[in-house]
Amino acid sequence: MSGGFLFQAVIYLTAAMICVPILKRLGMSSVLGYLAAGILIGPFVLGFIGDEGSDIMHIAEFGVVLMLFLIGLELEPSKFWLMRRLILGMGSLQLIITSIIVFAAALLLGFTWQAAVATGFAVAMSSTAIELQYLKEKGLMNTSAGRSSLSVLLFQDVAVIPILALLPLLAIEVISLPEEGKTSLIDDLPRWMQTLSVLLSVGVIILSGKYVIVPLLKMIAGTRLRELFVAAALLIVFSIVLLMEIVGLSPALGAFLGGVVLANSEFRHELESDLEPFKGLLLGLFFMAVGASIDFTLIFQNPLMIFIIVAGIMFLKALVLLITGKIFRLSSDQNLLFALGLSQIGEFSFILYSYMGDLKILDEKWVGILMAVTAITMTITPVFLLINERLIAPRFGIKEADDKEMDTIDEKSKVIIAGFSHFGSTIGRFLRANGVKATILDNDSEMVDLLRKLGFKVYYGDATRTDLLESAGAADAKLLILAVNSINTSNEIINNVKKHFPELEVMVRVKNRFEAYDMIENGIKSIYRESLDTSVRMGMDALVKLGSRRYTAFRAAQNFLRYDEQALEKLAVHRHDKKEYIASAREAIETQEELLKGDVNFDPKSADHAWDSEQLREVLKKES
Amino acid sequence: MNRILIIFAHPRLEQSLANAALLENIPESGNITFNDLYELYPDYNIDTEREKQLLTDHNIIIWHHPFYWYSIPPLLKQWLDMVLEFKWAYGPGGNALKDKIVFNVITSGGTREVYRREGRNRFTVREFLAPLEQTAVLCGMKYFPPFAVQGTHKIDKADREKYAMDYQFLLRKFMNNEFKEEEILKHEFLNDWITVTNKLKV
Repeated sequence: MSGGFLFQAVIYLTAAMICVPILKRLGMSSVLGYLAAGILIGPFVLGFIGDEGSDIMHIAEFGVVLMLFLIGLELEPSKFWLMRRLILGMGSLQLIITSIIVFAAALLLGFTWQAAVATGFAVAMSSTAIELQYLKEKGLMNTSAGRSSLSVLLFQDVAVIPILALLPLLAIEVISLPEEGKTSLIDDLPRWMQTLSVLLSVGVIILSGKYVIVPLLKMIAGTRLRELFVAAALLIVFSIVLLMEIVGLSPALGAFLGGVVLANSEFRHELESDLEPFKGLLLGLFFMAVGASIDFTLIFQNPLMIFIIVAGIMFLKALVLLITGKIFRLSSDQNLLFALGLSQIGEFSFILYSYMGDLKILDEKWVGILMAVTAITMTITPVFLLINERLIAPRFGIKEADDKEMDTIDEKSKVIIAGFSHFGSTIGRFLRANGVKATILDNDSEMVDLLRKLGFKVYYGDATRTDLLESAGAADAKLLILAVNSINTSNEIINNVKKHFPELEVMVRVKNRFEAYDMIENGIKSIYRESLDTSVRMGMDALVKLGSRRYTAFRAAQNFLRYDEQALEKLAVHRHDKKEYIASAREAIETQEELLKGDVNFDPKSADHAWDSEQLREVLKKES
Repeated sequence: MNRILIIFAHPRLEQSLANAALLENIPESGNITFNDLYELYPDYNIDTEREKQLLTDHNIIIWHHPFYWYSIPPLLKQWLDMVLEFKWAYGPGGNALKDKIVFNVITSGGTREVYRREGRNRFTVREFLAPLEQTAVLCGMKYFPPFAVQGTHKIDKADREKYAMDYQFLLRKFMNNEFKEEEILKHEFLNDWITVTNKLKV
């Protein structure tokens, strides 16, 4: 049924439009939505897409290529250096122990030792795409579980290079790769030369990144044509992919390397923001391809075996991760999040399997089974994470709290603070210094632990959940202070509060003017813009340093704040009129223009006529 | 009907028993506006336009405040500075406040006895209030004698209640225009006018 490109595009996009919002509504991560969409349109349910599995994996591989370029871009070598102990320690521990156990298990299943080694490495990989997407979506990147996960994933990403180089050495017989279109120039070379050429091409990418690509980007940036820069970004990725195909290496790996090389260049952020729009779409495509590639016929033929392999691998991986986490002193709930999050097999493994198949290290049947198993583990992980988030993690938090609160009377606080990072914590400290004990909601379990020790009343978890708000006393509280970092979270909480706790007054922190507009439209009165008071205070001090009297500068600042708040309300109405306008870079510029033009009318002494003796002097002059 | 604007300035209201009693007994009426300066402008950032509009909308103005250092609290002084603008409240064309009535309602620790030439404070309350009286006159307003709750540290709950009832009586009379200007101006304090009026009634 798969017609042309347009047909496929329409099918993929429609499935995503339907599945992702539904699952998101149900409180699940978007990854699960894409996976479900993939399964739905895949050959085994509706059969809209990809009668041959290879088609889909081809698309998937292309999605992974661009995604890995971006992941590589985010991996600054300096960040890498700071995390070296975690990366080397946790990463190597996880990879080596898992590989060895899988190796032993594979030998027992009757694999050749070469196949067992390769399988061991492949299964030890975890999915960067699934885990990082989850951590980012939930705002957990900066928790110790987040950092540990990233470390392990990075080590794996790097380890893929020697593993890929190693595979040809494991090939039992010298074979040529007869695949269509994938004629590699190095197939006829002896094996050691193949290995050498792989290492050489890696070197080429690293060197060209520094001496070819960066100068090229400089030149293009000079033309100030944005679309040309986007084109250049894509050209870089495609060139790398081409080079990789020529030497018969994984294009994804090459793109990842290219990203890392450019992470240190001055164009990193520009490349990132230019490719960002593609990223979300391609990630979705990748997840859908994984969903669609699950070979249900294979599963139905050996359901028990597949089930045992899936369960065995995930249990084993999680166990190894738990031990690793324990050695590196993760607290138990962080450790569980870390272990569950990485218990699947990763996208690199797809590449390793097909490479193993091409090299005849592993037979077709096992390649198929392992691919199915990998896709299933990736699909199950978000479900496990959801269960952990909803059922297990809250217990860690609240259980400890119960022990402590048993002896004190559970007085209801009047204030709930959601989000206790730098912003929220300042509010909390201020209130506490004035004898107001707020109830705090936060999703960073380490922060929660610390606050508990200090005697704060803290609930661990996702503040968008009604039951968490309920147990935090939202029904009796007077104020809810939203100090969370993300406007989407704030909006979600507000909608929830409106529905279930209409009496609760909401005060909200927003980053900028646009978020403030959103909140005004949402009917919120108490809106606090991060980019207002502090900026004006800084400007005021600048005036003082330039020689202004302190009080004059202070009055100018007070008048400006009032003027800006009024302008905000006016512009919010104005903006409402053209609501179809989506907040875009262009709108930001237009708003700035509007503001700057309006500022001509601002008089820093607008309210201070009384101190202005000029008028008085004029009149006196006339009289005399 | 007269419209009364109470401009109230107290930096620490929660600790003032006398003022708590007074405020509690202000009659609920659409013709009385209570304008709490320290509540509205804790940053001394007075909204001049708003205040001018309020003054325009009322014809009896009350400066209600504790008598700190023989004078008004700083925010009320700020209010005078900012709101009574040249060419609006005074000066050429400055007629906005013309013929409006204004007076002080004060609470003071010292009794009326110590505010005498022979007393500890050497000057009378009226003498200390001279700058305000002159401000009113410059703006073309009619300055009435003050209503004073004095000796606030000594009086008990019953006394405070008495003062509060007097304040309420005063506000009602003024709101309903049941007073004669020349009668009032005979007295040094509005308190005395209230006593006399009450006696006449009995």
